[in-house]
Amino acid sequence: MLWNLPFITVVVLTLIGLVTVLLKKNIIKILLGLNILQSAANLFIVALGYREGGVAPIFTLAPSELMVMPTPQALVLTSIVIGVATSALVLSFAMVLQKKYGTVDIDKIRRLHG
Amino acid sequence: MTFADFIITNAPALLIVVPLFAAFLCPVIGKISTTVRNCWVMGMMLITAAIAFILAYRVFATGPVLYVFGAAATNLAVPLDSGGIPIRIIFMVDAMSAFMGIICAIVGVSVLLYSLSSESRNSSLEGYYTLFFLMIAGVFGMVSTGDIFNFFVFLEILSLASAGMIAYRVDGGLAVEAALKYLVLSTLGAILVLFAIGIYYGEYNALNIAMIAQRMQYTMLDKIALVLIVAALAMKCGAVPLHFWTPDAYSRAPSSVTAFLVVASQASLYGLFRVVFTMYNVTMNCVTVGWIIIILGVLSMVVGVTMAIPQKDIKRLMAYHAVSQTGYMLLGVGVGLAVLGNVALTSAFGFMAMEGGIFHIFNHAMYKGLLFLTAGAIVYRIGTRDLNKMGGLGHTMKYTMIFFIIGALAIAGIPPLNGFASKLMIYESVYLFNPILAIIAMVVSILTLASFVKVFHSVFMGPQLPEYAEVKEAPLPMLIGMGILAAICILFGLFPQPVVDMLVAPAVHALADQGGYIASVLGGA
Repeated sequence: MLWNLPFITVVVLTLIGLVTVLLKKNIIKILLGLNILQSAANLFIVALGYREGGVAPIFTLAPSELMVMPTPQALVLTSIVIGVATSALVLSFAMVLQKKYGTVDIDKIRRLHG
Repeated sequence: MTFADFIITNAPALLIVVPLFAAFLCPVIGKISTTVRNCWVMGMMLITAAIAFILAYRVFATGPVLYVFGAAATNLAVPLDSGGIPIRIIFMVDAMSAFMGIICAIVGVSVLLYSLSSESRNSSLEGYYTLFFLMIAGVFGMVSTGDIFNFFVFLEILSLASAGMIAYRVDGGLAVEAALKYLVLSTLGAILVLFAIGIYYGEYNALNIAMIAQRMQYTMLDKIALVLIVAALAMKCGAVPLHFWTPDAYSRAPSSVTAFLVVASQASLYGLFRVVFTMYNVTMNCVTVGWIIIILGVLSMVVGVTMAIPQKDIKRLMAYHAVSQTGYMLLGVGVGLAVLGNVALTSAFGFMAMEGGIFHIFNHAMYKGLLFLTAGAIVYRIGTRDLNKMGGLGHTMKYTMIFFIIGALAIAGIPPLNGFASKLMIYESVYLFNPILAIIAMVVSILTLASFVKVFHSVFMGPQLPEYAEVKEAPLPMLIGMGILAAICILFGLFPQPVVDMLVAPAVHALADQGGYIASVLGGA
């Protein structure tokens, strides 16, 4: 049970994130939902890469035991950087919309239709 | 090693490096002068296109090109001391990738040429060209990578750059609204793809597409991953029922960018086909997945065209037609997928349906790009995109009118233009699979024609309106940009058979041949 705790957390975070993205009306809150989803995905990949008793793969200082494959950590680093870029872009869009429309409520930002 | 050898050996890497280099030096070079910057972007785009053509020639002449980053030899995917696991990032350019690369190169050159004058009225164009080259790098990366995580990275580069481009003209907030919609959906889709990648990595300890394909078991987890990826990429290519970002994003982006967004959507379509055909292939239930793709395709065709008919905004109307045309590609390739396990049916009509679908990707990029560019030229000259306010432009914008006619007839599938060539292949083969689907496809084509006749009539026909008496023909660079695409529409319509034999058939066989893909990466597996 305890073994699966990270994966249970992933499921809970995914649900929280999805509900936030789908139900909230404020752009900033939608962004927070996206970030929670992103964290869930990152946690999922990092948890997959965990090996009990593994050693960090630093060649110069590591004892000659089984080393952990560093790929999942590298993936998550990349994904975090992408997440930062996305957040920055969404926030800047929210700023422009606040200036032009005077609101960040997506129910009121509805001039495109048809 | 001579310079030419260097270029040829490293072409897959240069395809990404050159656009990125062009993108990030653009703001610096823009400080010197506008002319220098224009020469820089045009020169870099031509170099990128030349590299894409060199690479494509090599692929079609001698077979798939494998490029391994940081390895001792560029084709050494599996390091000798790794125990048979390909750990490096690889680019795997087979005929299908090269085919998509050619599309991106041709549309990229025409769009850039067009933007030199269509965007010249605006300030701070450095950002525009930077984002444009990032899009180019994203598309080339997506179509040539052989690593599923790398695919995700390029997908995100493309999404972020596209969102920036859609919002580029703030347009009183409207463009930003469209871009926000696009960006939130893209990010959601990308996270789904990331979950699927996590599942593959957890199951097969590999990120390499060929390695995953070789170890594919089609367990419950693989089904979940397939659903996640298909949902995300179907949304990114604008298929119904997740198409609602398309009309907003396509109509609010600058026209030149819209023409390239078509290619960007098709890169997602490529990703969808690559996952389904190369990673899963016959291990999955091809009939079910094939039918899902067919149904998505038919829905896109019908909903797209019916939504297009009542539109009053010229670019919004064309955007709905883009949704509808994406349906044809999904239909053709879906039929090919549904009969993939059955050798007799595949050789009877499966390959032909796929050839039709894949050929339609190429044709769609050409004529849809052309139509969006003509719409952009009209909006550039008269300043409105409302069809009810236009009229009589045929008197002054003669060349634009000719290009529009070419594009409109091609999209409606009228011989002898390229749209007819690919649609005929789809009709013939789909009719053998299921006659009702073929009839729906033909009806949609007729509705498309009806819709474009209406647009043509309200934009170009009628007496010259007094308020547009001063309207001039579009500037020369814009006409050249449109002319390139129009010439290809006519050429490929007049001589479809050599194109199908030389480009499309190898691409389809590369896509369907999972064993060949695995063998060329992992070596004789």
